[in-house]
Amino acid sequence: MKSLIFKTASTYLLPLLLLFSIFILLRGHYLPGGGFVGGLIAAIAFLIHSFAFGLKETQSIIKINPGYLMPIGLVFAIGAAIAPFFIGAPILKGLWFEEPFKFIGMVGSALFFDIGVYLVVIGATLTIMFSITDTV
Amino acid sequence: MSNSTIVLPIIFQFVAGTILLFFWRKISVQKVLSILFSTLGLGISVWLFLLVWEHGILVTQSGDWKAPFGISFVADIFGVTMVLLSSIAGLAVSIFSAGSMRRERLEFGFFPILHLLIMGLQGAFLTGDIFNLYVWFEVVIISSFVLLTLGGKKQQLEGALKYVSLNLLASSLFLIGIGFIYGLTGSLNMADVAIKLDSLQNRGLVSVTSGIFLVAFGIKSAIFPMYFWLPASYHTPPPAVSAIFAGLLTKLGIYAMLRTFTLMFGGDEFMGDIMVILAALTILSGGLGALLKQNMGKIFGYLIVCHIGFLIAGLGMYTELAIMGTVFYLIHDIIVKTNLFMVSGLILKINGTQDIRQLGGMYKNYPLLSLLMAIPLFSLVGIPPLSGFWAKIFLIQAGLDTKEYVLIGFIVLGSFLTLWVIARLWGEVFWKNSTDLPKKADGLYFPQMSKIDQWLMVFPIVLLSGISLYIGFGAENIILLSQRISLELMDPSGYIEAVLGLKTINP
Repeated sequence: MKSLIFKTASTYLLPLLLLFSIFILLRGHYLPGGGFVGGLIAAIAFLIHSFAFGLKETQSIIKINPGYLMPIGLVFAIGAAIAPFFIGAPILKGLWFEEPFKFIGMVGSALFFDIGVYLVVIGATLTIMFSITDTV
Repeated sequence: MSNSTIVLPIIFQFVAGTILLFFWRKISVQKVLSILFSTLGLGISVWLFLLVWEHGILVTQSGDWKAPFGISFVADIFGVTMVLLSSIAGLAVSIFSAGSMRRERLEFGFFPILHLLIMGLQGAFLTGDIFNLYVWFEVVIISSFVLLTLGGKKQQLEGALKYVSLNLLASSLFLIGIGFIYGLTGSLNMADVAIKLDSLQNRGLVSVTSGIFLVAFGIKSAIFPMYFWLPASYHTPPPAVSAIFAGLLTKLGIYAMLRTFTLMFGGDEFMGDIMVILAALTILSGGLGALLKQNMGKIFGYLIVCHIGFLIAGLGMYTELAIMGTVFYLIHDIIVKTNLFMVSGLILKINGTQDIRQLGGMYKNYPLLSLLMAIPLFSLVGIPPLSGFWAKIFLIQAGLDTKEYVLIGFIVLGSFLTLWVIARLWGEVFWKNSTDLPKKADGLYFPQMSKIDQWLMVFPIVLLSGISLYIGFGAENIILLSQRISLELMDPSGYIEAVLGLKTINP
């Protein structure tokens, strides 16, 4: 798209939306939000950027092939799922740190599962959208 | 007994699929890793089988939520046997596809999806929660969609469309059935549901629910009025994919049926009668369909339908002996059907066609390979002492006990039709003189393949034929196993106690 307004706006929107997606991701466990929604918002951030500047430009920002975000996300999710194995508890049991972290709050294995979902969603959405844009 | 390691096979396949995703487009690495992971997965399944064989039913409550509320995973002897069989079939197909599949199909994630498919199957075999079973069904279906359409030929997409639409219909029926169950009992844990359904007054509604389940699983396992999608789609993907579908996907429906109809809707006589009728018609229609077809893939597709009839027959008679026959047949069938489609793939690679009218001269040109292929073909017919024979003996004996003489007639007829089909196939493909087949320009034929690829195609057939022979000649061990499974299935109190952690009162 050639619109100057859109281009200028999208440069500001990209970091804003990415920050917002992380906020939504962290908010997830007890409040509405979480990995899936967060991932979608982050994917939208990159999509808007690619509409404004073209596919090549966006791919140079992301650096790695978004397809690889899927297995990386799966590794996070698997890690969260099997972590309780090592202390002899059944899989998928929620493990929590005793003390809350600054700014983030209580951190448990559920957060890592959500991070995994977040990455998988970004990877899947961007792969689908980029391959469609590529062929159109 | 509680043991949290029983989910290891599922997790291992998940990890395997994830690791393979990192090697996207690096086909040669994927091939080696996939075979390695499948071998390790088989090792884990054997370990789990031995563990359960020794200690009895093992249970874990995922997330540490207590039994009727969380999702339980249950490893009973039936479940782990199925896990073991799926690992064996997975290993064979992984090796076979490394040798036979074309590069352009492998490039789009064939191996990762194969491992995720096996993960879905093993999850379904190990879960103790009816809704979780549905989720695993979905994992399996989505993976199978991808495998079915990889390569994107026009004929493949047509087959996939039929497969997808009917399977989605089955899934929604399954979900409706689960809704009924939840409405009736307020629980989804199969052991808990079993107890609550038992004490329910409204028997009519329970029967309706079981009817919905019968239709849902019936579509998935291709029994009589709902089988049309199977012969229409199974011959379209490459033989390696058909092999895993033939061996395991329809059997997943049978597994679910065996599980739900023994545990939750045990001994409903009306349903038993319906199943017996459906079984007879399934045997008849599958057998007659196979007689008419000329394409080897389609013939084997109809034979799958035919033999699903045997499995339903045992469940319909619902005696200990009948269930034992069904389980024995299931074990035999998974190995043989996987093998059959690999055999058809090998014949396709050698000759470039699957039309039995054009094929010929296999025995003259490849005597040793023909001998090898004879093992699964004749096991399928059930020529004693090969593996199919024993299972049919038990089914017929159970039929005599329950006085289902018409059903016995159909079982014998089904065996006879199978014999006729296989004899015709043997005569046409192996004994008839070879004709000059038109060579495809772009096709890579078996003699031109590298020695390693040739062995990768032949070895899994040798492996599965060996297992088939073991099932036939070492039948006493398999009988012992199926006897134990049928005892556990017919008396689910052990299962229920293990899942819900109830203490038995011993006088």
